[in-house]
Amino acid sequence: MDWTTLDTWIVITGVLSAMSCALIGNFLVLRKMSMMGDAISHAVLPGLAVAFLISGSRGSITMFVGAAIAGLLTALFTQWIHKFGKVEESAAMGVTFTALFAIGLILIVRGADSIDLDPGCVLYGAIELVPLDMVTFLGFTCPQAVWILGCVLLINILFTLLLYKELRLTCFDPALATTLGINANVMHYVTMTLVAITTVASFESVGSILVIAMLIVPAAAAHLLTNRYGLMLALSMIFAATSAALGHISAITVPTWFGFADTSTAGMIAVVAGLLFSLVMLFAPHQGILSKIWHQLRLSLRIASEDILGKLYRLEEATSDQPTYTQAVAIPANKWINRLARMDLSRTRKITREQNAYRLTEQGRNVARQLVRSHRLWESYVAKHFDLNVDHLHDSAERTEHYITQTMQQEMIEELRHVQTDPHGKKIPNQQSDEANSNKKGRKA
Amino acid sequence: MNTEPLDQKPATASSQTSASTSAPHSVRVATGDEHPVTSPLSVHDMTVAYHRKPVLWDVDFDAPAGSLIGMIGPNGAGKSTLLKAALDLIPKASGRVMVYGKPYRQQRHLVGYVPQRESVDWDFPVNALDVVAMGLYRRIGWCRLVSRRHKQDAMDALEQVGMADFAKRQISQLSGGQQQRVFLARALVQDASLYLMDEPFAGVDASTEIAIVNILQKLREAGKTVLVVHHDLHTVRDYFDYVILLNMRIVAHGPTDEVFTPENLKKTYGGRLTLLDRAAHAMARQGET
Repeated sequence: MDWTTLDTWIVITGVLSAMSCALIGNFLVLRKMSMMGDAISHAVLPGLAVAFLISGSRGSITMFVGAAIAGLLTALFTQWIHKFGKVEESAAMGVTFTALFAIGLILIVRGADSIDLDPGCVLYGAIELVPLDMVTFLGFTCPQAVWILGCVLLINILFTLLLYKELRLTCFDPALATTLGINANVMHYVTMTLVAITTVASFESVGSILVIAMLIVPAAAAHLLTNRYGLMLALSMIFAATSAALGHISAITVPTWFGFADTSTAGMIAVVAGLLFSLVMLFAPHQGILSKIWHQLRLSLRIASEDILGKLYRLEEATSDQPTYTQAVAIPANKWINRLARMDLSRTRKITREQNAYRLTEQGRNVARQLVRSHRLWESYVAKHFDLNVDHLHDSAERTEHYITQTMQQEMIEELRHVQTDPHGKKIPNQQSDEANSNKKGRKA
Repeated sequence: MNTEPLDQKPATASSQTSASTSAPHSVRVATGDEHPVTSPLSVHDMTVAYHRKPVLWDVDFDAPAGSLIGMIGPNGAGKSTLLKAALDLIPKASGRVMVYGKPYRQQRHLVGYVPQRESVDWDFPVNALDVVAMGLYRRIGWCRLVSRRHKQDAMDALEQVGMADFAKRQISQLSGGQQQRVFLARALVQDASLYLMDEPFAGVDASTEIAIVNILQKLREAGKTVLVVHHDLHTVRDYFDYVILLNMRIVAHGPTDEVFTPENLKKTYGGRLTLLDRAAHAMARQGET
């Protein structure tokens, strides 16, 4: 890998544009308007074209004005079509941006001889050419795109910081915001204007495809990673910057491993962002797929363990007149989860093994007693409130017993006026082991 | 008791206003459009339409100060619409809304709004305390951050609704009843004089319902006026001093003892006025072509 100043400038450009898009993209994602990013980034094209035709130059302030107007119009047209045409909002968006994009394309193709704007460049950008267009401003020489993107990022950061809480409120509860005097509609259109400006600034270097990716992917990933608004904003920007840097590095290295030439940096940034998003989806702490699987597994294990303890407890109960030894049974090992549960119970000393049989320890018996107590209380409770046959009670109790807390037990006990037995006539075990006094079961053996 | 006889009101002429009825409890003079200036909420002949199709006709009432007011009516009666139109969240076809004798826009700071719980995204990345603090945003002012003192205010409000332990909990992890309490706490920190609440009892557990009722009563004791959209007819007599029966129009309004009668309920729930419906349809149809 040959790293040159060119590469540094390319990475800086990519990072700046990705961060600008990601920051403003948060508000699209939080308002569930992700499609709006897509729409605006296409629909600014006619604004650009018209600005070109008028001013005849690129990178001028007219371009931003043109884009801002086009972006604002997209948001407005979408609202109008949605409202007056009685068309669903996403459909209204689809109508608006495809029409505007097409108009933009026609204008560009028509005027292609006189202006140097290439439709292909709009889609993929030309980040590799960025370092060729150096300007000196305030004694500091850097590519023009870096200047522009730096300013846009600064504007976006200032906007987000100054209106930090107003943005949070209008995204979360626009109705309340409006009654508090923070006009949610105005905030919406200001945000959309910034989306348009950001889009245009990023356009030339990274193209509209990457703009769409960076508006949505980092914010969506950050939303999976955290439950905090400020952190989400920060994480989305870190995600975007990482994607941009890794994207360029991949673009100049990965293809060479397979004997090809470098590939498009903008394309690779989007690919890296997609891959990083998949990683986040897999590994996110609470909402990630792996975390959910792990959670499910823990729950299944707990249920399997408790079922084993309950089974042993009931066996003990049935053979309570036996003097010393052994209220034990082979635990079903037909399922892997049962085997796992058995190992876990042995490890935490809730059961002990004697030859081929298992029996409860004092600790295990306490857990089991709670479980059986929950089970029988639940059966009594359901029997009181449902007109059901006694033999219909067991199944629901078997499922519910694992989720009943001490407070719920207490409430049931009070409502059932301190019942002693369940509907089958079995004794509801007490909170503590009172059997120790009443009948000797030789559990010290 | 202010009851409008069925079918008496001309459906097409929204300009013919409340002159047709007069109420003994109301200070209003029968001939004019004079509402008492002291009323926390005076709605003057308000009509609301979606795409020209009226969904609320000629709503006209004065909320008595310092009372708990229940707004009752079937699904689609326009209860939420009435609140939203009064708060300028949706446009009115005609009529105006006065808060303590002045137009609503000048009196925003006196009005607290509790939207329906389902109206927001509960997966939003904020915790309970953040949501409650939102009620303070006007007082904090533009571009300012939520200070420690404001957080303390929000915390006190959470305490009042019994949710202090859940302050740092992300809102998606709260139960429906807990979410509703958070919304209520957010209204409390606003320290408004008039509260408009959209179905605060919808889908909450029994203990939350009791907690909310207690809060409402405390607000009344503090001299506030609370207008609550309500669904459960069984509890109306226990909770509210005053009721507004609504079904696209005000069927009756007045003190609960007088107005909450089987006949009035029958009028409210026993089908709409067919002429109203037909007129509304005609307006929607002809408005389109």
